Amino acid sequence: MTISEIKDQIKASSARVVVEKVIAKAREKAEYHALLNLTEERALQRADDVDAGKITGKLAGVPFVVKDNFLAFGAPTTAASKMLENFDAPLQATAVEKLEAEGAICIGKSNLDAFAHGGSTENSAFGPTKNAYDTTRVSGGSSGGSAVVTALDIVPFALGSDTGGSIRQPASFNGVVGVKPTYGMISRYGVVAMASSTDVIGSFTTNVADAELVSSIMAGRDDRDMTTLPDFFQIQNDVKLGQKIGLIKDFMTDGVDADVRARVNEYVEGLKAKGHIIEEVSLPMAEYALAIYYIIVPAELSSNLARYDGIRYGHRAEGIKTLAELYGRTRDQGFVTENKRRIMIGSYVLSSGYFDAYYLQAQKVRTLLINEFNELFSKYDVLIGPVAPTPAFKLGENTADPIKMYLGDIMTVPTSLAGLPAISVPAGRSESGLPIGVQLMGPSQSDARLLALARSMEVK
Amino acid sequence: MTDEILAKYEMTVGVECHVQLATDTKLFSGADNDARDKSPNSVVSPIDYGLPGMLPVLNRRAVDLAIKAGKALNSSIAHISRFDRKHYFYPDLPKGYQTTQLHQPIIGSGVVHVPMEDGRVVDVRIHHAHLEEDAGKLTHFGDYSLVDLNRAGTPLIEIVSEPDIHSAIEAKSYATELYRLMTYAEVTFGDLYHGNMRFDVNVSAALKGATTLGTRAEVKNLNSFRSVERAAEYEFRRQVEILEKGEKVVQETRGWDDNKQKTSSQRSKENAQDYRYMPDADIPPIVLSDDEISAIQADMPRLPGEWRQILSQLGLDYLPIETLLDAENEFRGKINILQMIEDVIADPKKAKFIANWNVNTLIPILRSDTNFKIGQTDYLALESAIYELSDANKLSSTNAKILFRELADLDELPNVETYATEKGYIQVSDEGAITAIVDEVLADPISAKAVEDLKNGNDKVIGFLVGQIMKKSGGKANPALAQKLIRERIK
Repeated sequence: MTISEIKDQIKASSARVVVEKVIAKAREKAEYHALLNLTEERALQRADDVDAGKITGKLAGVPFVVKDNFLAFGAPTTAASKMLENFDAPLQATAVEKLEAEGAICIGKSNLDAFAHGGSTENSAFGPTKNAYDTTRVSGGSSGGSAVVTALDIVPFALGSDTGGSIRQPASFNGVVGVKPTYGMISRYGVVAMASSTDVIGSFTTNVADAELVSSIMAGRDDRDMTTLPDFFQIQNDVKLGQKIGLIKDFMTDGVDADVRARVNEYVEGLKAKGHIIEEVSLPMAEYALAIYYIIVPAELSSNLARYDGIRYGHRAEGIKTLAELYGRTRDQGFVTENKRRIMIGSYVLSSGYFDAYYLQAQKVRTLLINEFNELFSKYDVLIGPVAPTPAFKLGENTADPIKMYLGDIMTVPTSLAGLPAISVPAGRSESGLPIGVQLMGPSQSDARLLALARSMEVK
Repeated sequence: MTDEILAKYEMTVGVECHVQLATDTKLFSGADNDARDKSPNSVVSPIDYGLPGMLPVLNRRAVDLAIKAGKALNSSIAHISRFDRKHYFYPDLPKGYQTTQLHQPIIGSGVVHVPMEDGRVVDVRIHHAHLEEDAGKLTHFGDYSLVDLNRAGTPLIEIVSEPDIHSAIEAKSYATELYRLMTYAEVTFGDLYHGNMRFDVNVSAALKGATTLGTRAEVKNLNSFRSVERAAEYEFRRQVEILEKGEKVVQETRGWDDNKQKTSSQRSKENAQDYRYMPDADIPPIVLSDDEISAIQADMPRLPGEWRQILSQLGLDYLPIETLLDAENEFRGKINILQMIEDVIADPKKAKFIANWNVNTLIPILRSDTNFKIGQTDYLALESAIYELSDANKLSSTNAKILFRELADLDELPNVETYATEKGYIQVSDEGAITAIVDEVLADPISAKAVEDLKNGNDKVIGFLVGQIMKKSGGKANPALAQKLIRERIK
């Protein structure tokens, strides 16, 4: 389902009818556990306002879903954690506000790994989301719920956050378009922070044009987020011809699933057929990207999660006697195992005596990785590769082995660390019918060009 | 503890001073920065509250004030400075970290020249100064505590000195001078009662001539100059006592009890926290060009050092100068005590008169005349008129003071000379007129004995004769002129 199809339906009936239908469909698909809460009452009120002409805009009446780490009205903002299970946001994220200003209607809040820590939604405190194509498999994550509601055609678009692949990987696992924009293109204000230096806000859509539309609405400088850039996103109708594209061979080794490689190679052939020039390139620093990522990101998230202390809002442990006990028990009960694991890693690498050896060293290697990308982008317009080494894996398959789970992020974290735009677009299915995505990566602020290229490759 | 024993040791003090910046809003939010007399948690934004998803927005005004503070500290301003997070859990710290500057502070090394009463100037080097946010406040009751976040996020600069201070009075003078620098630079409102400036003093004692410093103890959260002095002195004596017993001073944080005039242990170094400092990725670096820095620093009022230079060039000594500098702060916003002097600086004689008038007449009235209220009077115009009349010998010093007091709290100033004339304060300096009175007095039999005594060399009696002349003239005669005329006649 595309945004323009939904708009046609609204024109043919009413926003109220469409929103009611969408909510009914969301209930029908409850077994996927893609949504944690519906924002039904508020959604219907807004639908009536659209029908009454009180709300207008490019997305008037168009329903969407937000990942439940976005502050939004109509339902609690839980971040899929016990910590925030009953937390009602007093304000909304800038991204949500901008979409609402264009008339879009948020109908629910989607499941994620608690506090976005994970790549399967199995770390949600409220149970995992199931893959849209195979309910025995993971949805991917951490924005699994948003990917699945889009893939199931419940809504035409959904919002996610991507810190190391949390939009791109579930998009790949569920056969939808997932956009991780340039760091700073879209305001992070009002989104529960994970890692401040790599967090970005992005979208899931069924097609590239919708991603372009949604991105163009959300992009731009926000005075409430000092890291946002002035609006540079301009939809490009024409695709640049004869682009030089580098296929990252480090991501096409034998360790990568054969179906994944086959689909990426087919996509590459398609690009060639359109007259683009493909060369194999290497990204030697990619080998270290995962190590850097799992030092810097835990460090930052250990800091960003320090505010959940049971004092002012959120969960507070009962029956405690001392302040230390209040902190300890509240955080023990409010966080899932993966949260605690990452907080401990982060606290460790920031400890006096270890900071230089881990955090500072990782930042230095991060600079080398960024230099390597800069070098490549001085020669190539786009880099291409898989999104993840495999299609969606089985529920429970990796939960006992966090390292194996982390390895699944290897192809998405390099661009996150470098703050570069990367998109995941459907590239077909595996032999067993599971969706596989291909990843297009570009230099900073090349988002619109990347999307135009992806649009030109879509099978109509 | 005898003075001889104390004299064997040298005190070394370094001071960390937190200065609350005079901004309208907080360091990273738009909440009101003035928490005085506000009900608890009433000036707290979602950012200060540490709500999920909130991001800091740096208050540019705080940066400007830091740039001004840098000039006052004779420090360089960093072209690039950054914020770091200092982590610890405490209910008054909503985000679980304090946003501060560890690695790249905005203000670099500098020096404060501290004038001492004995004429010495003690140079205290500044290690650096950085921007940071304040925490909230906890109030403890029996088995519970209440949190007030009004102050959370208030912008501070922390000024860290080198250990260049070697006596309690130097510590006090340094604290006082910092206060003057920060208030003159308009960096802070300087409300000490509300903790606008708070001092932590690091004190150590070592035998004189020792090549290394002794183990230091830090006395935290002093909010008056006197407590800085007392705490340093107490701590020095306490440490000397320990050292004299052959024991070791423990490195620790101590608190000052103003009622007991004592320090007591709060936290030893063994229990020191690991703050897990890390760069704050939510706040881009502060990037400043030389042009921006000099534009802000050019637009600053005179600092105490410049005033001292100006005033001492007029011929004023230490005490009147310091009196003026103190009074400037004391009556800031009500009377511009120094600006009055500056306005007439082109005429040094007049400027000196105004300066001395402020020290000897205006300031004592402001401080202790309970009937006096500051009106709308143009004080410079009034003092200038008094200067002109005095300079022309038309006003005795006694009458000048009376005249000033009568006119100083009026809302509208009359013509001063007309007023003085009507009131009969103008003295007669017409030689012919006074000569007539002198001759009359000298011829009067009442004066005969005095005239005789004067002739015989008893100079004191001239006062009696002048008094007679003043009486006859109705107080208007210029006494100096009268005396001169008497002496001309009786040789």
